[in-house]
Amino acid sequence: MSNQAGMNLTLKVWRQKDGNSKGKIETYKLADISEHMSFLEMLDVLNEQLISEGKEPVAFDHDCREGICGSCSMHINGEPHGPDRGVTTCQLHMRKFKDGDTIYVEPFRAKAFPVIKDLVVDRSAFDRIIQAGGFVSVNTSGNSQDANAIPIPKAEADKAFDAATCIGCGACVASCKNASAMLFVSAKVSQFALLPQGQVEGKERVLNMVQQMDDEGFGNCTNTGACEVECPKGISLENIARMNREFLKAKIHKE
Amino acid sequence: MQLDSKCPTGPIKDQWTDHKNKINVVNPANKRLIDVIVVGTGLAGGSAAASLAEMGYNVKSFCFQDSPRRAHSIAAQGGINAAKNYQNDGDSVYRLFYDTVKGGDYRARESNVYRLAEVSTNIIDQCVAQGVPFAREYGGLLDNRSFGGVLVSRTFYAKGQTGQQLLLGAYSAMSRQIGKGKIKMFNRHEMLELVVVDGKARGIIARNLVTGELQRHSAHAVVLATGGYGNVFFLSTNAMGSNVTASWRAHKKGAFFANPCYTQIHPTCIPRSGDYQSKLTLMSESLRNDGRIWVPKNIEDVEAIRKGKKKPTELSEEERDYYLERRYPSFGNLVPRDVASRAAKERCDAGYGVNETGEAVYLDFASAIERYGKEQATIEGNENSSKEEIIRLGEQVIENKYGNLFQMYEKITDDNPYKTPMKIYPAVHYTMGGLWVDYNLMTTVKGCYAAGEANFSDHGANRLGASALMQGLADGYFVLPYTIGDYLADDIRTGPIPTDSKEFDEAEKAVKTRLEMLISNKGTKSADYYHRKLGKIMWDKCGMARNEKELNEAIAEIKEIRQDFYKNIFVPGSTSEFNPELEKAARVEDFLELGELFAHDALHREESCGGHFRDESQTEEGEAKRDDDNYTYVAAWEHGVSPSDPILHKEELTFENIELKQRSYK
Ligand SMILES: Cc1cc2nc3c(=O)[nH]c(=O)nc-3n(C[C@H](O)[C@H](O)[C@H](O)COP(=O)(O)OP(=O)(O)OC[C@H]3O[C@@H](n4cnc5c(N)ncnc54)[C@H](O)[C@@H]3O)c2cc1C
Ligand code: SF4
Ligand code: FES
Repeated sequence: MSNQAGMNLTLKVWRQKDGNSKGKIETYKLADISEHMSFLEMLDVLNEQLISEGKEPVAFDHDCREGICGSCSMHINGEPHGPDRGVTTCQLHMRKFKDGDTIYVEPFRAKAFPVIKDLVVDRSAFDRIIQAGGFVSVNTSGNSQDANAIPIPKAEADKAFDAATCIGCGACVASCKNASAMLFVSAKVSQFALLPQGQVEGKERVLNMVQQMDDEGFGNCTNTGACEVECPKGISLENIARMNREFLKAKIHKE
Repeated sequence: MQLDSKCPTGPIKDQWTDHKNKINVVNPANKRLIDVIVVGTGLAGGSAAASLAEMGYNVKSFCFQDSPRRAHSIAAQGGINAAKNYQNDGDSVYRLFYDTVKGGDYRARESNVYRLAEVSTNIIDQCVAQGVPFAREYGGLLDNRSFGGVLVSRTFYAKGQTGQQLLLGAYSAMSRQIGKGKIKMFNRHEMLELVVVDGKARGIIARNLVTGELQRHSAHAVVLATGGYGNVFFLSTNAMGSNVTASWRAHKKGAFFANPCYTQIHPTCIPRSGDYQSKLTLMSESLRNDGRIWVPKNIEDVEAIRKGKKKPTELSEEERDYYLERRYPSFGNLVPRDVASRAAKERCDAGYGVNETGEAVYLDFASAIERYGKEQATIEGNENSSKEEIIRLGEQVIENKYGNLFQMYEKITDDNPYKTPMKIYPAVHYTMGGLWVDYNLMTTVKGCYAAGEANFSDHGANRLGASALMQGLADGYFVLPYTIGDYLADDIRTGPIPTDSKEFDEAEKAVKTRLEMLISNKGTKSADYYHRKLGKIMWDKCGMARNEKELNEAIAEIKEIRQDFYKNIFVPGSTSEFNPELEKAARVEDFLELGELFAHDALHREESCGGHFRDESQTEEGEAKRDDDNYTYVAAWEHGVSPSDPILHKEELTFENIELKQRSYK
């Protein structure tokens, strides 16, 4: 409980006024942080402290605070979403740190994710990749065929689901030394490649999405696998392999 | 003003079809001449924007997150209902209709609910066609689970991420239209005012959250799909940014607010752990399919557990009180949410809460693990498996069904729910109240529509599990795209709505003044300070049980906080930059007004119904008692001269197809 003596921490936080300004690390001290707090609740405490001193609080993206919206995005001690595995920053708890720790907090770094303010970055490049082909072209109508008309083997459906659980957080890009978006893009390509509904547009989809990915300035994939390690949703590298196959097939078909 | 619900007449099963046949439509060529603003990109707004754009309208979409994919709907876990009857367990459109009206404690419109049940089956077809990966059985067909308050299995799901998968479906459909230029997407934009011209909603004032710029956007109609207002309680399972601002601004421009006090308190959430708590986490209701809820029978055991001297697993069956199974033998752990929540509160108020705060009960999977383990051992032909083996197998089955939820629980609490029962407690989750809309989903402001959780329409006084997703997508995919044509048909020759009118001038000026007032105030208190204070009053005095005395106190106290807010609020930074504190302060300001209306509504409704429980109105056994003679109506509030003088309008509810009964889940 919070009445037990908590941790004392030193925070080194990236502060940057806006996209055009230069940023720098500022140091803050926090006392009595409960181990039951989430990382973002710890930042709330910091912000309350800053506000009470009449200073500007640290801006960061967050919304659901349960690991599903993909808003929260920060580098904590050099790792996207911090030291714990399989969690987003909002699910990271302070029990992963200890009294006296110094914690570095920085925004995701990638050319395609420019900083907006402090820890907030612009990830709209991901949206544009989806707009290039991350959909099945079916209009809303009251007369789509019955949902059970095409049975889908459970194993395939489960794999499609696993790929579809990507939350679009961008940790894969931030963890990659090339700032490649392959894990993100391949997750969406795989979801549709594994489902009968996705087949018709399969070839165009992969070509268009990869094209857009390149246009946005994401780097190449050199198979370091860092993305899979840092991905909070456990999106597998198999998806990248699948996308590469889909891409080749589509290319050959086109030529 | 007389409220006209525009509900069709005639046999209920033909009403929607007849209505669609009778209303005006806009021909495809003319749709190009019409602009529609959709605020919100959750299930309701996302599906509406995509469908409207597919039909040919020019759509402008807004959300305050950095991407439409992050709307709060993404967090929905358990599932979505549809009357497909794939399980052949006697489900039908009528049964879903009946369950929803009964579940809502007979405070919803029959016509709306029937339509919802009717289009539910289309939703599943549509989503599968989009590539939504629902859970499937080994035969490749769609799987279902059951949810509280019903006796059939009609809930479609995608593990514990159903909302995510459905929202990504709608987001994909939107993205396709954005790519085609039929939707113009405004991420990180917040609507701060509705613009009304000659009595018609003709646009909004939005703030670009990155630059702080105020913008004017005009359209022939405005759809608000901005979600619920559960965050008026500060702590809730809603996302941090969920707010009432869009609805409230519309309310102040003439849209009536219906049944604001109808709130759903969800029975299975992770209990709060300290004062720093920023939100509460839901554990999906689907867990009640397999989890059994209990507290110790003897108060001595409760004390020993709280002191850490005893573990729950050490208590024998006889020493446990499975209070839901005891009180409601026929529905057991699957009673509707309001009933389950109050029962937990009753036990905890009586002193049986199992954690330090006294606000927690157990949700126990041990029996399910053993049962599934035995089943699995039998399937594998090892009926004589050891106890450990059975447990191992059972845990696997549970992991397959709820793995991500169990993991989430463990991450937050540091307890392993496979080995020790979860601790849960009710938390604010959903608001059935919202903007009053007619059958066409139009509010009392012409041309201003409300869809999804933002409207009040389909759930009466209590919503059944897995029905919000259904309603959001029904509104957005299948209802609004048709009904809006009835209104827009008159606008095909209007031409673009100019934004240089005096109405736009005034609206923008009002927003500017408001934001500058917040920024320039020389106070010392943060927005969160006020939000927490408001939330505490709401929870203590307008929460799971309400009474006249406390509601009156709440009204007085909220007024006081509001006055204090205007004196002492401090917002750092400026209006012309990315400023999350400014966003929060503006939202809290609106919550402080809504909170009072909420309490007025709860006070005026001297009956218990669904999520609204008045201490003064209960049976001898402590069950909710409705007063059908006096309260079978929708309370639609008009904004008065101040937030303290709301004006009540009543829409009487008539039940022609379902007989009103006191709900019983015994
Ligand atoms: C944890 C949790 C689990 C749930 N699980 C289930 C479930 O299993 N089954 C079920 O049926 N229901 C469930 N629900 C309920 C359900 O998720 C919601 O009721 C539903 O998703 C609401 O959808 P919506 O489209 O109406 O609004 P939301 O998804 O809340 O979307 C609101 C949108 O409006 C935008 N917005 C709001 N205000 C403004 C503004 N002023 N300016 C610009 N944009 C604005 C936001 O950016 C967002 O895009 C759950 C709810 C929670 C909290
Ligand atoms: S693949 Fe993983 S890390 Fe990358 S965006 Fe998706 S969830 Fe985030
Ligand atoms: S805030 Fe939603 S994933 Fe972290």
